[in-house]
Amino acid sequence: MVQRERSDTPSLGGVGNTAVMGVTDHRLSTRQMAEFVANGFLRFDEIVPADINTRAVAELEQLNAGRLLASTDLDAMRPPHSGTPLDECYPEPSVIGEYLRLPQIRGIITSLVGANPEFDHDWVHFIPSGGTHRQPLHVDASTDTDDPTFDIQLFWFCNDVEPGEGGTRFVPGSHLTRVRSAGIGRYQHITGEQQVSCKAGTVFAFHHGLWHAGQPNPGPDRWMHKTRLNPTEPQVRLWNLDDFDAIQGRSTDHIFARMQSGSVAETLRSMPPWMSVTDYRNAQLQRALLWRYLSGDDEFDVDYYLTRLEQRAARAAV
Amino acid sequence: MTVRQQVLYLWMDGASLDDQVIAWAFHDGTRGAGAPLPEPKSPDGPPYSNGVRALEDGWMLLQSAQLIPPAPGQEHVNSYLEYEFVLERRIDLS
Repeated sequence: MVQRERSDTPSLGGVGNTAVMGVTDHRLSTRQMAEFVANGFLRFDEIVPADINTRAVAELEQLNAGRLLASTDLDAMRPPHSGTPLDECYPEPSVIGEYLRLPQIRGIITSLVGANPEFDHDWVHFIPSGGTHRQPLHVDASTDTDDPTFDIQLFWFCNDVEPGEGGTRFVPGSHLTRVRSAGIGRYQHITGEQQVSCKAGTVFAFHHGLWHAGQPNPGPDRWMHKTRLNPTEPQVRLWNLDDFDAIQGRSTDHIFARMQSGSVAETLRSMPPWMSVTDYRNAQLQRALLWRYLSGDDEFDVDYYLTRLEQRAARAAV
Repeated sequence: MTVRQQVLYLWMDGASLDDQVIAWAFHDGTRGAGAPLPEPKSPDGPPYSNGVRALEDGWMLLQSAQLIPPAPGQEHVNSYLEYEFVLERRIDLS
C-alpha cells in the first residue's frame, strides 16, 4: 500500500520532461496521468518533428492503398499483425516507425501502457478536401467490462488542421461510460465537446473508451494516423513519479470537508459541462477506481465516495 | 394539406424540462422548408437553454425520460445521457 503524503504540499504543476545526468526522461508526470484519468485524453502539440510529418503522407498513402490489396501482392505495404510487439512494428526504413520510436512518443506510451505494448491495429484516416461524410459519434471496439485496464489510441495529425476544418470530434470525460457504440450516434451535439484543430505533428493519446467521430472536411486534404496499443503488464506506476508523493493526497481529500490544494483528487474533480450531478459523482467514483489501479493505492479516493460505501459495507458485515 | 415533422431531441442535466440543455439533435422532415433552430447565445451552445424555451418557440413535447432506478450493481456506472426529451413541430408545407 502507498505511504501517503501527510502534508498539504502544493502541486508541482506543469511537470514536463526532466533531465538527469544528461538523460532526458520523456515519461509523463503524475499530474499528466491524473489529467488523462479525468478527461480521457492528453494532447501533445507539435511533438513530432516537421521533417517526419512532411515525409509521412507518402507512406500513409502506401499503407492506405496496400491494406486493401490482395495478400498475394508481395510489394504492397501492410500493417503489422495484431499482437506484434511494438518494437517490431514498422522496422526501418519507415516514417511511421520513426514516429513510433521517437523518445517523446515512447515516453507517452510507456507511461500509459508500459514499455513493451502490443500493436492492436492502426488505421489511416484520409479525408479529402471537401469530404462530406460525417461519422456518427461512437466508441471503438466492443462494450467495456468493468476491469480498469485500458488501451490507448494515438492520433497523429501530420497536417495542420485549422479551426473549422472538421478535425476529429470528441467528448472529454466520456471515456469511463459503458455504452454500446451505435447507441451514442444519436447525440449530434454535446456541450463541451471538442473538434481537433492543431499544428502538424500534434498527437492525442486517447483512452480507448473516449467518444469520438470523424467530421466533414472543408479544408485541404487531411491525413491522420491512429494506432491502438494494448498493455502487456499491469499499468501501475509506469510514469515519472517525481511528483507522486507531493500530490497523491489523502483518502480524506473531500470537497465537502477538507481539500488538499493541488492534489490528484483536485484534478479528478473536473466536471465536463455535459454531465448531470449524478453522472459527475459517478465519474469521480470511476476515476478514483482507475487511479487506485494506476497508483497501486487501494485507499485512494475523491470526495469520500468509495470510502463511505466501503466503510459502511464493512461495518454491516461484522 | 402536406404536413411534415421536425423532431428535436434535448438532453438535460436533470429530469425536469426546465433543467439545462447539455446535448441536442435536430431532424428536419421538411428538408429546410420549416424554420431552422435558433442561433445559440454562445458559440457551440445549445439552441435553447432549457426545454421550456423550446416550448415557447412552438415545440410540442412528445416524450420525457422515464425515471428508472439503477439495476443492482450498476448504481455507479455512467452510460447514455439519462434525461432525454423528444419534441416535435408539424409544418404545413401546402
